[in-house]
Amino acid sequence: MFAMLAQITIGTADLAAASLFLFGLKRMSSPATAKSGIRVAGIGMIAAVLTSFLYVFGVDTAARPHLMVNVALAIIALGIGGGGAWLVGRKVAMTAMPQMVAIYNGMGGGAAGGIAAMELFGNRTHGATQLLVTLLGGLIGAVSMSGSVIAWAKLQGVLAKPLRIRGQQLLNGVFLLAAVSVAGWIAVSGLSGADPVLPLTTWTYIFFAIALVFGVLMTLPIGGADMPVVISIYNAFTGLAVGLEGYVLGTPALMIAGMVVGAAGLLLTLLMARAMNRSVANVLFTNFGQVAKVHRGAITGTERATEASDAGIKMRYAASVIIVPGYGLAAAQGQQKLYEFVKLLLAAKVSVKFAVHPVAGRMPGQMDVLLAEAGVPYDLIFQLDDINAEFATTDVVLVIGANDVVNPAARTDKSSPIYGMPILDADKAKQVYVIKRGQGKGYSGIVNALFYEPNCNMVFGDAQAVLIKMIEAVRGLGAAAA
Amino acid sequence: MHVDVTMTGLVALYIFMLAGFAGWVIIGNVPAILHTPLMSGSNFVHGIVVVGGMFALLNASTVLEQAIGFLAVLLGAGNAAGGYAVTDRMLAMFKTSEPQAKSRHGHGRIHHLKKKG
Repeated sequence: MFAMLAQITIGTADLAAASLFLFGLKRMSSPATAKSGIRVAGIGMIAAVLTSFLYVFGVDTAARPHLMVNVALAIIALGIGGGGAWLVGRKVAMTAMPQMVAIYNGMGGGAAGGIAAMELFGNRTHGATQLLVTLLGGLIGAVSMSGSVIAWAKLQGVLAKPLRIRGQQLLNGVFLLAAVSVAGWIAVSGLSGADPVLPLTTWTYIFFAIALVFGVLMTLPIGGADMPVVISIYNAFTGLAVGLEGYVLGTPALMIAGMVVGAAGLLLTLLMARAMNRSVANVLFTNFGQVAKVHRGAITGTERATEASDAGIKMRYAASVIIVPGYGLAAAQGQQKLYEFVKLLLAAKVSVKFAVHPVAGRMPGQMDVLLAEAGVPYDLIFQLDDINAEFATTDVVLVIGANDVVNPAARTDKSSPIYGMPILDADKAKQVYVIKRGQGKGYSGIVNALFYEPNCNMVFGDAQAVLIKMIEAVRGLGAAAA
Repeated sequence: MHVDVTMTGLVALYIFMLAGFAGWVIIGNVPAILHTPLMSGSNFVHGIVVVGGMFALLNASTVLEQAIGFLAVLLGAGNAAGGYAVTDRMLAMFKTSEPQAKSRHGHGRIHHLKKKG
């Protein structure tokens, strides 16, 4: 009796959760409604988690004697896992967001892998389809977990250099093949009752060990700059794994949520790869560092330096200014000072806009978050396609800590490694100022043709220090006028 | 699980197909400015795996199963709670320049949540 009532309650709550997830994600498609979107989805999650305790009314007979212990374990696990992640998530710096997403994603993958392991160890699956789906979900979940941990370590700076060995791809191929073969062996011997040589539980251990190692090997050779694409792929992977395990457990909420994220993650991955002018396969199987040599192309002329104060005053008297921020701005923690400077310009009736390249920052959209954190209203922030035509009619462009995304070689120089990458047409403005730590190349190792253009001047120095000088120069003008 | 809706493989494929399509369409409409919160938001959504972990843990009958189930719930809960915390924080920062009063309200909200956390 209770069991049936519990089932109906769980089913209803899960249905509500799945609907709220979709509704919440839909509301996230605009900055104005996005805040309510995540809260709506959050309500769905709480409902689903709370009602999941009702599973106690329908547990397996074998599990009945352990029920009290299991419930206690569940409460402790929810408290430690949820509470810990919540506390860290509320404190972590916005610049560390990519690695945070990576680690939370890895946790989800691990949970999906754990569910698969339970099914396999307990021999709970029924029939070929369930067993195969469990194995597939387990493989994807485990790869996503160990891969995400490596991605986290790379972004956190724990693993500084991409680790590449000869025959890496061959080795990866061997490991993938081994994981699939062991899965196949588990399936065949499990279904036909053939002698598996070793006990099936041992094979299950081997299967997960190979899958975890494969995730590590697959991620190690990929450079730090490509990590956003990798995180996005693993996000899709975890979604897929959750969806597959949802099928095995007969829980449509997991199937829907997992597959929605799987598709969303896939789309996001493709968008990102396109913005970087790479194919997903190129990101996964080759490395940017290998392609990029010091490349000068047909660049002639020299970089011309100018004073921060001169550049600041020039912008104060311009009619229109577009600012192109890059990760270097965040590295120098200059966002606050930048917005202070922008407010001075706005007060002087200068039209100011921010132009954000899709791959500015270490994750698509991270630059937008960092600007928003500094207080920049989102209606001043424009994306590549929306603003690119405006550069030609703009007085001054200020490039801060960005490099490759404003390199005109991407448009003109067929021999450049970044040829074809969509860039911000900063070079088309009347005057360009580039704030940069010093002479030299960006992380991709490509010389930027923009810096040698006649309409471009360099302002060398730490972004924050330069911005402070600009602010002082413009304030000084105001005092002189008064 | 003993739900009275028996799910055949084909129905499952329909669910997967429709859900995948929904995800593709919904995310296709999100402006690039929201891509980071969106990635962490979708990351939060697959935190629903914690419910599967709960089912597994409550049905555990050996120490090994209890350990795996415990880990699954722990990780799943971390995925959900952490994903929510960072997404909510990021989204709370986005505001427009026009209504000044509204932005002040936004700040109050962050503050309030920080206290709660």
